[in-house]
Amino acid sequence: MLAASCCERRMCVCPGPRRIAIPVRSSRLPVFSDAMPAPTQLFPLIRNCEIGRIYSTVCHCHHKHLCCLSPHLAHSHLRCASQKKLATLCSPKENFNQFIHARSYVSTPQRFYLTPPQVNSILKANEYSFKVPEFDGKNVSSVLGFDSNQLPANAPIEDRRSAATCLQTRGMLLGVFDGHAGCACAQAVSERLFYYIAVSLLPHETLLEIENAVESGRALLPILQWHKHPNDYFSKEASKLYFNSLRTYWQELIDLNTGETTDVKEALINAFKRLDNDISLEAQVGDPNSFLNYLVLRVAFSGATACVAHVDGFDLHVANTGDSRAMLGVQEEDGSWSAVALSSDHNAQNESEIERVKLEHPKSEEKSVVKQDRLLGLLMPFRAFGDVKFKWSIELQKRVVESGPDQLNDNEYTKFIPPNYHTPPYLTAEPEVVHHRLRPQDKFLVLATDGLWETMHRQDVVRIVGEYLTGVHHQQPIAVGGYKVTLGQMHGLLTERRARISSVFEDQNAATHLIRHAVGNNEFGTVDHERLSKMLSLPEELARMYRDDITIIVVQFNSHVVGACQNEEF
Amino acid sequence: MWMFFRLLSDVQWRTVRPRWRSKSSSQHTTTSVADPQPISLPAQAQVVICGGGIIGTSVAYHLSKLGWKDIVLLEQGRLAAGSTRFCAGIVSTVRHLSIELKMADYSNKLYQQLEQETGIKTGYVKTGSISLAQTQDRLISLKRIASRLSVMGIPCQIMAPKQVAHLHPLINIHDLVGAMYVPDDAVVSSADVSLALASAASRKGVQIHERTSISHVMVQKGCVTGVETDRGPIECQYFVNCAGQWAYELGLSNEEPVSIPLHACEHFYLLTRPLKKPLESNTPTIADPDGRIYIRSWQGGILSGGFEKNPKPIFTEGRNQLEIQNLHEDWDHFEPLLSSLLRRMPGLEALEIMQLVNCPESFTPDMRCIMGESPTVQGYFVLAGMNSAGVSFGGGAGKYLAEWLVNGRPAENVWPLDLKRFGALQSSRTFLRHRVMEVMPLIYDLKVPRWDFQTGRQLRTSPLYDRLDAQGARWMEKHGFERPKYFVPPGKDLLALDQSKTFYKPDWFDIVGSEVKCCKEAVCVIDMSSFTKFEISSTGDQALEVLQYLFSNDLDVPVGHIVHTGMLNETGGYENDCSIARLNKRSFFMISPTDQQVHCWAWLKKHMPNDSNLLLEDVTWKYTALNLIGPRAVDVLSELSYAPMTPEHFPSLFCKEMSVGYANGIRVMSMTHTGEPGFMLYIPIEYALHVYNELMSVGQKYGIRNTGYYALRSLRIEKFFAFWGQDLDTFTTPLECGREFRVKLDKGMDFIGRDALMQQKQDGVCKRFTMFILEDHDTDLDLWPWWGEPIYRNGRYVGKTTSSAYSYTLERHVCLGFVQNFDEETGEALVVTPDFINRGEYEIDIAGQRFQAKAKLYPFSSLFTQRRRKDEMELSGYHGK
Repeated sequence: MLAASCCERRMCVCPGPRRIAIPVRSSRLPVFSDAMPAPTQLFPLIRNCEIGRIYSTVCHCHHKHLCCLSPHLAHSHLRCASQKKLATLCSPKENFNQFIHARSYVSTPQRFYLTPPQVNSILKANEYSFKVPEFDGKNVSSVLGFDSNQLPANAPIEDRRSAATCLQTRGMLLGVFDGHAGCACAQAVSERLFYYIAVSLLPHETLLEIENAVESGRALLPILQWHKHPNDYFSKEASKLYFNSLRTYWQELIDLNTGETTDVKEALINAFKRLDNDISLEAQVGDPNSFLNYLVLRVAFSGATACVAHVDGFDLHVANTGDSRAMLGVQEEDGSWSAVALSSDHNAQNESEIERVKLEHPKSEEKSVVKQDRLLGLLMPFRAFGDVKFKWSIELQKRVVESGPDQLNDNEYTKFIPPNYHTPPYLTAEPEVVHHRLRPQDKFLVLATDGLWETMHRQDVVRIVGEYLTGVHHQQPIAVGGYKVTLGQMHGLLTERRARISSVFEDQNAATHLIRHAVGNNEFGTVDHERLSKMLSLPEELARMYRDDITIIVVQFNSHVVGACQNEEF
Repeated sequence: MWMFFRLLSDVQWRTVRPRWRSKSSSQHTTTSVADPQPISLPAQAQVVICGGGIIGTSVAYHLSKLGWKDIVLLEQGRLAAGSTRFCAGIVSTVRHLSIELKMADYSNKLYQQLEQETGIKTGYVKTGSISLAQTQDRLISLKRIASRLSVMGIPCQIMAPKQVAHLHPLINIHDLVGAMYVPDDAVVSSADVSLALASAASRKGVQIHERTSISHVMVQKGCVTGVETDRGPIECQYFVNCAGQWAYELGLSNEEPVSIPLHACEHFYLLTRPLKKPLESNTPTIADPDGRIYIRSWQGGILSGGFEKNPKPIFTEGRNQLEIQNLHEDWDHFEPLLSSLLRRMPGLEALEIMQLVNCPESFTPDMRCIMGESPTVQGYFVLAGMNSAGVSFGGGAGKYLAEWLVNGRPAENVWPLDLKRFGALQSSRTFLRHRVMEVMPLIYDLKVPRWDFQTGRQLRTSPLYDRLDAQGARWMEKHGFERPKYFVPPGKDLLALDQSKTFYKPDWFDIVGSEVKCCKEAVCVIDMSSFTKFEISSTGDQALEVLQYLFSNDLDVPVGHIVHTGMLNETGGYENDCSIARLNKRSFFMISPTDQQVHCWAWLKKHMPNDSNLLLEDVTWKYTALNLIGPRAVDVLSELSYAPMTPEHFPSLFCKEMSVGYANGIRVMSMTHTGEPGFMLYIPIEYALHVYNELMSVGQKYGIRNTGYYALRSLRIEKFFAFWGQDLDTFTTPLECGREFRVKLDKGMDFIGRDALMQQKQDGVCKRFTMFILEDHDTDLDLWPWWGEPIYRNGRYVGKTTSSAYSYTLERHVCLGFVQNFDEETGEALVVTPDFINRGEYEIDIAGQRFQAKAKLYPFSSLFTQRRRKDEMELSGYHGK
């Protein structure tokens, strides 16, 4: 419920500044002030020149985000930050230039740093670890476990994550979901997608068994075992609706029974498409319950990208829709780390995606379909769940919005039709699926939303995680050998080693460790507490300008098992 | 002599020396001595011992000393080349358990004269040991040990830090609050001790074969028939598994596996070059448990190791050549111990390192070694799992095991070490791996009363576990079974686990007090499902006959009666103490303590005739047991069963199958194991939740509440009820604990132990179970008694306590224990008469502080009944209104 009401607010306010840029009329401005917390809240944290410091030190690397800021955001800053200081600013660009200049006049910046424990409590608030249980002293799974974490920039966070073990088939599912225009769609996908995948993977007999159980009111076979952080919630209200849609899906699968064994790649693609289709249909059909009706509409009108990994033995499949990424950490023989991408981004940086989108529409639209590196000049990811604004015909959109609840009708965003909207759909949820056979040198997989990838190079990500995971083992063990070493010398050496290790082990979670680096890294690639503290103490409204929501899952593979499997195979 | 020389040429084991003595970094390469063709193995022997470490050689030595000659000792590598070779060689009597203390004391005395006996240098030096205390709690713990050592005649002294400085030149005393000095403790070269024992044994005819490994033990009809080795089979009658950390694996290799729960952990210690001014060889050994380290002098330098907080378990998946070869020094792992060492002896900074030795040690699930005969295979003996005290225990443990083989029983009560305290349930590798990671640090952790293991929990639970847990139950574990200790009322917070470790009044005092009060005044329910439950039935009278022979009380009682009786051994001692209900003419229901599950089963199986018409079944898992204690239990039950439950209709010690709520076939017994009024309900498990729910809802108006074992314990101790395993053991007869009335010498047939009891009746008893009420003990401020506290009569030591509890009724501490009468001159145990007990002034020594105690031979029955009557009258009066 909490999240639902928050989403609502998000929806009527401007969407996140980056993913979708929507022109907003100035007449809407008063609405924002309602959504903003009182300006006074800001003062204790960031005063006068301090804000300039943060802008100038932090923003240069985020310049590309700032270009697409809509004017009203500058206004909102005007309202938030010190009125006097910012009163002269008129456009965002000048705004920042001013700050950069202003920097040199800063004499004695006041410091409002968070202490290291405060920083840790922020970083660790959402961390979660799962270790595959040992049986008889052994872990026979190819997965050792995973660490996940997320750091919000939006309020509330629009990223979601999911992890579950398939109970009726083998394998483990992990995914990150990056929402835009609210978190409703990401939330729905995070709850539902794995069920769709699991059902797609089920053999015919199991589907029949499940259907019969539902039919006769018996207890269902559990399909998934979720591994959730307490903050990861499922919406209770929609569960019945979701279940019915899922059931329809498996009933169709039963009818379609091809008798062939399920191909994982196909199952993933089908599940993605089916879920997106269900989201769209549910919104068109509506629901007699007004709350649910509003919910399904919000889900459909917001959007989400998804990057999902399915690990079963040494078969790793990654299905990706949008611009989150899956990166494999490979340890070379010399111990160094290299990154292997297992997904490609679906955005304007990907030539083949631009090609694909252009080909799907008439030549006349060639110029308008991708504009300013955005789909129809608006949307950054070229594939996504939800976002019916880019999928439905104009007539359908109008019909649904008009017949929809008032809240929807009042919303500028939902009413707005993208420019040059001639031949929908412009957007698809169909994933690209990459299959990879795990090798003993494949140590881990990083799934993360673009919040991570835009701040860090893939190579650095893999190196940092790799060094973190191998940790102390990577340090050459000490052996006295034939040397003369005194107890005191040895003690000194060991204490020093311990100190080095403990800085790594401040984090018990690889994802937290990565976030610490992503947010706090200075130009030398080491964590700078001052920077970290500043970034984390940004007020809610500003945070989104300097960083995006970051969600990370680090899956660790069991090289013993992977190695052994390989030996058996060949 | 001829045999001896032949052996020398055979395997040349005398040349083996601990390799770290010479130079060697290559611990694991086998010496390439050109072996002469080894002589062939004998085809048969009476005893085959597996393992040529200190334990195996000690068993061989003691067996040969007791006159057994036909013994073969097999060692897979070289004699004394396993853990024994790498062992630090400290012999210390600083032990918490009195049986361990006795073993260590005997070992010390044995090693002292071994060089003289065998002519082989053992490196024995009487250095003494100093145990340091950095905290007051640690000092209390040491004082408790000191009070036990001194009554055993082992000199020891609690001293101030300053005195420690006089005894040891290097020690930093600034953070110490005190220490205990035991001057007779020693160090030895453990490998040499082992070789000396082997040499002495072989002189007496024991054959020793090295480089011979046993693949499995052959068993027929539940008896050992021989062993299969890589050099051929040997037929034998007895097999002794002294394979150290491989004992677990060897046990499982049989067709009929023998479960020996132990697991190895890596253990590190440091060797240094000599100091500038070499350390005297007789410098006392230091144990600094708060710093987790021990330090002894070694060839002018020091040897120092410890038991770290984060041990590294090893060989979980069994013997692994790769792992053995990769046993590297792990300096990073040793760092906390090294820091601790340098803090204790800052002067060692400049001392040069020689080596960090990694020698895996085996640990057991309860930190006590494993000794005795397998419950499943007759003639299969085990002595292993020394928890890194192999040298200290080796001599004594070997002696007890040899006595066990030769005489059928050891000369001391070794139940705390008996293999049969474990069952197959402790044999999971995962359980062992997790548990030993807790056990190893525990060696140097503070041992406080009522400490519970945290790992390997929730294995066996009652169906009510979740229900009780949700109501605030705090749990303890016995034989893998979770049992509630007490229930924390909602809204009340207890201290965190670490802070609740105390030798003083514990934080649950008031909680248990209110539970006891409820048992006395209203009604309480305790889940006692962990009790061992057997059913014995037959087609004819066989069940009765065999039970009459096995038990001392008369079991030929009318159907529905319950009999408390001992299961005695030939000397009249309690092998088990149980309650037996006669269900019908031909079947009996037997209830015994939780940890008797394996032992009692083995005993019954051993003594029962092989008769297919006689059926013994373990039904422990079939019943949930609820103990309904209190004066209002009658009301609750009669309301639930529509049957009159008053003593007129349901006399005490009576058993009836009846319905409770909707559930039928509940065995209701009018006893509570506490002396309070009430009933035990044995409920088929599928009805457990229903019956529990019904009891709680109907009981509400009578003030029913959940209660735990702590309340039960307080109740039974104030009533002077002895408990097997705590107060009673195989060396206690019914006559010694005031239970003559449960022995029917004239029941018309012989039973095990009858002769011994007849004799004892004639001669009088040499110890008497006595109840002590502490007089000048302040519950709030003084140390609490636990068990094992020395009892003094007119200033002279007469025995030890076996259990104690605070009696909420008497508002005093009650200790139970045995009083003996040692002759002042000879130390011989004399007859103890009731008069002797009554005419004495008693004191109980708690950690060196003596408290006056009043001795009683009979419980305060009158006091309690009077009170109860009065309460009952008040209550009934209240109800009348």
